[in-house]
Amino acid sequence: MTAGNKNWSFTPDDFSAITDSLKRFLGETNSLCALLVDRSGQLVTTVGDASGLDTTAFATLTAADYSANDQLAKLVGEKDFASLLHQGEKSIYVADVARRWILVIVFDSRTTVGLVRLRMKAELDELTLLVDRIFSRGRNGAEPKPLLAGADDEIDKLFNT
Amino acid sequence: MINYASREINCKIVYYGPGLGGKTTNLEHIYGKVKPETRGKLISLATETERTLFFDFLPVDLGTIRGFKTRFHLYTVPGQVYYNASRKLILKNVDGIVFVGDSQAERMEANLESMQNLYDNMSEYGYDLTKMPFVIQYNKRDLANAAPIPDLQAALNPGWEVEDTTKFRVAPDPYHAGENLVEQLPGGEWVERAPYFEAIAVRGDGVFDTLKAVSKLVLKALA
Repeated sequence: MTAGNKNWSFTPDDFSAITDSLKRFLGETNSLCALLVDRSGQLVTTVGDASGLDTTAFATLTAADYSANDQLAKLVGEKDFASLLHQGEKSIYVADVARRWILVIVFDSRTTVGLVRLRMKAELDELTLLVDRIFSRGRNGAEPKPLLAGADDEIDKLFNT
Repeated sequence: MINYASREINCKIVYYGPGLGGKTTNLEHIYGKVKPETRGKLISLATETERTLFFDFLPVDLGTIRGFKTRFHLYTVPGQVYYNASRKLILKNVDGIVFVGDSQAERMEANLESMQNLYDNMSEYGYDLTKMPFVIQYNKRDLANAAPIPDLQAALNPGWEVEDTTKFRVAPDPYHAGENLVEQLPGGEWVERAPYFEAIAVRGDGVFDTLKAVSKLVLKALA
């Protein structure tokens, strides 16, 4: 895409591959829900039971939290902290996906940090493959036509009200 | 970011500018005026004295295009100079920028410093402010010590040189009769300026004009 930088889009196939993978992960670890967030704080998708959660705000704060921790890592001489854990009655485990996205797993006492962490490595490998597929699309020239190509009139109308 | 699954176009707009210039006030006004069903919560990460510490965030839906909901994520940055680390983080993957300048004559230095800081932070990410959706808002126009618009324009929006020869033609400013966004200077050089708006954000004047202009530029960049 042309606006901003490092913009991207993904197809229904990408979407179902991602959700299938995350559903499997949630089932295997007995976690509550998973959120996939891009580095700018936009929600890619939510899988599992996120009822009662303001997922838009959650995504934004996750990206901010992760970015702030990234900078903290640099200040202590680390390249990055690959994952973060916030523990309470409900806990969240936050992990980097290929430096593009952030995976957040929300879980409670029905599972353990150990199990979430154990399964995380394989899940991140799987998601990394999907991310590479999505982001390489632009580079090999197979990027679809911009969605809003020729939509100038429609855009004008949107703002004339 | 275009999400074909949820049929949403998500765009990130950042309100930038010097401390106490009215960035948060812009978001608060938008929050108060748009229908609750078209906006999310206004999240403020602020100090006890309500100075923005990290950012304010407000998601708003502006309508539907080609069956896709256009959702804009509005962010402010902390204006104070010493918060540059967090300010820079917010700029990541930005789609459009609003610079909220403080019209008060004695804040000119702070405006200039913030504008320079914006250019610097953007270029560190490899973004070129002159090639992306960017508008300027001169806020606090109601104050007695507000500097005249030509002075603010000369200092903060003097124009950047147009390099693309196909853009060598006068482009009138749609928001100000008799003014141009692209024009040739007496010396022969072609310059382009960012669209600007006058505002009194505490009363809401100019707030939606600014938001509409930057949102439109962001969507047109996708078209």
